[in-house]
Amino acid sequence: MGAGRLSPDQLVFHDWGSVKLNGTLVYTWIAMAVLVAGSWLITRRLSTGRRVSRWQTMLEVVVGFMRREIEQVSGRRADLFLPFVGTLFLFIAMSALLEIVPGYVAPTGSLSTTGALAACVFVAVPVYGVASSGPVGYLKHYIRPSPFMLPFNVIGELSRTVALAIRLFGNMMSGTKVGAILLSLVPLGPPIIMSLFGLLIGFIQAYVFAILAMVYIASGMRTHERREAEAEEAEEAEQGEQGPKGEQGAKGDRADEAERAGQADEAARADGDGEAGETPASTRTGTGKAPAGDDRKDADDD
Amino acid sequence: MTDAAVVGLVSIITSGLTIAIGSVGPALGEARALAEALSAIARQPDEANRITRTLFVGLAMVESTAIYCLLVSMILIFANPFWNRVVAAGS
Repeated sequence: MGAGRLSPDQLVFHDWGSVKLNGTLVYTWIAMAVLVAGSWLITRRLSTGRRVSRWQTMLEVVVGFMRREIEQVSGRRADLFLPFVGTLFLFIAMSALLEIVPGYVAPTGSLSTTGALAACVFVAVPVYGVASSGPVGYLKHYIRPSPFMLPFNVIGELSRTVALAIRLFGNMMSGTKVGAILLSLVPLGPPIIMSLFGLLIGFIQAYVFAILAMVYIASGMRTHERREAEAEEAEEAEQGEQGPKGEQGAKGDRADEAERAGQADEAARADGDGEAGETPASTRTGTGKAPAGDDRKDADDD
Repeated sequence: MTDAAVVGLVSIITSGLTIAIGSVGPALGEARALAEALSAIARQPDEANRITRTLFVGLAMVESTAIYCLLVSMILIFANPFWNRVVAAGS
């Protein structure tokens, strides 16, 4: 990308009058093709035996990492979120990784790509929320802790979507931009270090984007989870040790943990009652998360 | 001074000020967050994973204000909406 161009949108490969084939599209397709072809080639011959190919090991590490992070952030099983959050992470990380190929410009350096990704998150939050607690249960979380908070919750939801898009765009764009400017000043040496730095930033941003998407989705599902945990606890108390459905143990544990997180969340909100007006939903879950961890640690120590 | 000169001068000075002032706050905030996270890790090395994850997410959120400033100054220099209008009006 030259120093005068702000995004791969302005790099037009082919022009059919009303339809333009610009750089963002082409580079998105390349990233998609690499991801799909790579996954297909690797998963074609999976083995559970002793000899596991290097590529399979690599995929297992990546998928295992994503599952672990999702489970730790959401406090639930990863299966539900892995297709969506994992795809976001893989796509952003792959487009950042491909940037080391000369001539490739990360499609995430264009506001239209990041805007589309953020819009996906914006839609996914109510979808997951409604799927887990029903439309009424989901809409109720907009009037928590009081109906007076409704406009702030709505504004918070919109602004965090915009922030999600602009954060990724700004980071990726500035990386290539600084590289291009340096290239015109000092062609040898510094641009390489900057592109290495850009690679690091790209991966951190992919991680942050996926984690934030996960946090937003989890915050939309929380109310339901607490009620479910309470119901499950009551059921457990009634029936003694005989857990009915399978995987009761693991699920109960998680629900327990989620309930504690919920309580801590509540406590945090009670503390910051006065300034709650300025606190967007994401920050609240963030503050709720940390005490929850301490809580559980104490319980483990006992 | 011509209109174009005024627009160019104001844009460049503003973009410099934007990125200069706009990066001070996030820099201080990030340094503070990093220092706190380091002392927290030193105190509880077992929780390093959780602390690091929260730190990364927090840093990205703090940094976004600096990124907004960078974006504004980039737009002012490379994609200034008033520049083309002034040039078109001049010619």
